[in-house]
Amino acid sequence: MSTTLAFLGEFGDAIDWIFNSRESQAGGAQVGGAENLPLLWTHLKLTAAAMALAIVIALPLGLALGHTGRGAFATISISNTGRAVPSVALIAFFVAFFPGTPEFWNVTVALALLAIPPILTNAFVGVRQVSRDAVDAARGMGMSGPQIVRSVELPLALPLIFGGIKTSTVNVIATATIAPLVGVLTLGDPIISGSVYGREGQIGASIMVAALAVAAELGLSALQRSVTPAGVKLERGASGTPSRLGTLKRRIQTVP
Amino acid sequence: MKLTRLMLALLLVSGLFVAACGEDEEEPESAAPTSEATSGKIQKNDANAEVQLTIGSKNFTEQKVLGEIYAQGLAAAGYSISKDLNLGDEKTALAAVKAGEISAYPEYTGTALLSFFGKQADELPKDPQAAYEEAKAGFEAEGLAALPPTPFTSSNEVAVTQKTAEDLGLKTISDLEGKSQDLTLYGSPECRQRLDCLLGLQQVYGLKFKKFVPVDIAQRHEVLTSGRADVSIVFTTDPQIQRENEVLLEDDQGMFPPYNSTLVMKQETLDAAGEDFQKTVELIQEQLTDENMQELNARVDLDKKDPATVAEEYLTETGLISG
Amino acid sequence: MTELFAQLQTRDRSAPDCVADDGICPGWIADNFDRYLDPFWQHVFLTLVSVGIGFAIAFALAVMAHRRRWLVPPITQVTGILYTLPSVAVFFLLLPLTGRGNTTAIIALVAYTLLIIFRNVIAGFDNVPPETTDAGRGMGLTERQLLWRVELPLALPEIMAGLRIAVTTTVGLASLAFLAGAGGLGEALFADYTFRSNVLVAGGLAVLLAVILDLLVLGVQKLITPWTRVAT
Repeated sequence: MSTTLAFLGEFGDAIDWIFNSRESQAGGAQVGGAENLPLLWTHLKLTAAAMALAIVIALPLGLALGHTGRGAFATISISNTGRAVPSVALIAFFVAFFPGTPEFWNVTVALALLAIPPILTNAFVGVRQVSRDAVDAARGMGMSGPQIVRSVELPLALPLIFGGIKTSTVNVIATATIAPLVGVLTLGDPIISGSVYGREGQIGASIMVAALAVAAELGLSALQRSVTPAGVKLERGASGTPSRLGTLKRRIQTVP
Repeated sequence: MKLTRLMLALLLVSGLFVAACGEDEEEPESAAPTSEATSGKIQKNDANAEVQLTIGSKNFTEQKVLGEIYAQGLAAAGYSISKDLNLGDEKTALAAVKAGEISAYPEYTGTALLSFFGKQADELPKDPQAAYEEAKAGFEAEGLAALPPTPFTSSNEVAVTQKTAEDLGLKTISDLEGKSQDLTLYGSPECRQRLDCLLGLQQVYGLKFKKFVPVDIAQRHEVLTSGRADVSIVFTTDPQIQRENEVLLEDDQGMFPPYNSTLVMKQETLDAAGEDFQKTVELIQEQLTDENMQELNARVDLDKKDPATVAEEYLTETGLISG
Repeated sequence: MTELFAQLQTRDRSAPDCVADDGICPGWIADNFDRYLDPFWQHVFLTLVSVGIGFAIAFALAVMAHRRRWLVPPITQVTGILYTLPSVAVFFLLLPLTGRGNTTAIIALVAYTLLIIFRNVIAGFDNVPPETTDAGRGMGLTERQLLWRVELPLALPEIMAGLRIAVTTTVGLASLAFLAGAGGLGEALFADYTFRSNVLVAGGLAVLLAVILDLLVLGVQKLITPWTRVAT
């Protein structure tokens, strides 16, 4: 019981830490409150850079592979292996093998690599499970390959693609918390360097990261709803997840 | 409903499983060498087996080596030793001792004076023995004992590359004045709040750096050689200083105190450990000179050997344990 | 009594050297490979125990929620929150409560798997064709028989897929377990993360472990569902 009360007390301290700055545990440095803004900014910058890089690489590739139907095995393998690579190993790899590059870019590339598999897989599967009738009709109308992708397959695959982007974004936000281990100061710094920021800092920063992840998920869901064509929304339902999945999706099992 | 009962049974079984497996977190590792240590200088006393101790350490090479040396040496004397090395920085380690999670860890006199007892730079004793006495008094006030110090001292130092020293004409830390605002300093995360680190450089020398980047302490030389850091905080016992031709800037205003290592533990743990304990610790420490400590660090950092192996080599090469 | 300090044997370390220069050194890797065995087995232990417990809990929850649909949203919410918390944070936050060691790491890893497994088990059950369950009820099967003999086998592909995701993700997360004092390949990796040989071996072993476990689960899946054509 006392542990619960103590925890509630700590929770209150953490909320206070988020909004008010104070001296660090041993004095000498300022932490908390407005001091968190540079950390938050770096966290956002890192997430944005990594996601932009990942989308630029994974989305066109996934769409192209899905459209031609080739590379299913490779895509599935990359997806599975990609999940397996520990984030800390990837970051350490880039820092070890490219020591001259500024840490920010090393971490960005590492995070982008982590973000690619869900987007790639979901784009691939999203295009594959577009009804063949729709594609045939479009081809019959005289559309070229890229036109079909852009006008038919992409809009119909949007729910899954967004699902992949959402998964990746949440993953990147969470993984960016270990960036301070190599010198990129994100919101992970208060969590890792507890002796400088104190326990309220650890809890406070964790709350901030979790809030960031939730905000990203909600924001992207709203964005998804706004760009999904009305017809698709009616067919699929509000969450965008089809209730019956094709065998291909079952095999890959994306996380919507 | 039978199904629910089955589910509950599954949960119970897995709960028992984790309880059984999770309990034995740190299995007491018998660190004693395979042969009976009768001809080594450390004598095994079977009566010590009743005393169970956990040796801890902070999170860099020298600390891991020291932790292993104490653990293996004490095990050779018959104690039941388990290890919990690589805990974190000095505050984390001290908290672990006070909470009883570990029995003892090696702390540095200078670090204790500055980080634990709030001594200001101008109050720091220059003599290693005086530093030890002051640290010991500080620990005693908190119910902790600090055993006699090692011969070696491992001081924090400000390091730059040869090229930087030549380009900017740097010999002492004061030479950084007027130039530091264009330089990037890399240090450990706790460096920000330590008077023998960034805080001291700011307060004692009045230096402002363009940027301070906290990195894992193991990176302190790599950041200099890769060019990411202009200035880094290193330790005098680091083997990389000689190998990379780094230049240590002279502490002309006396910011850094002596840093001899002393084993810190609760007074009652020391009393309960028997008279062999302090004797064994002092015997182990006798050969920990500056040169030897640097050699041991080199074997881990440059030869990439395991700290446990290097500790065993130390104990056998000095004849403390028969090899 | 003063003794002369014994001098340790030193060697000249000024020459360029693969190991001292942090390169990829096959000789060193071959000599020191046994250093990675303990961390490897710790990693295996953490992964298997965490996924095992996570599966037990999430499966039980999903079975309960399958018949009482109103449970699905709240359970999804709670497991979702646990999923959103960065695992690093959970390790550090649990430390004062459960101390350093395996328990803390396992609790955090289990929490992370719950959403993945729960969602997949539910999806698996949802994808059982209603005609099949109707037919089963028509044949006189009880709800329990229906679950074990009809719905579960048909939901297996989805459940196993979720298990595969959980296993590979947990291997990845367990490499951070060293922050909670639980060892694992992450500990070996971070002991010297500028030494390329070390990063390669520790990181490579982690990926290898994930691939092996993934294939194992896939193998089990093929064994117990011979009627489905599962091609990967």
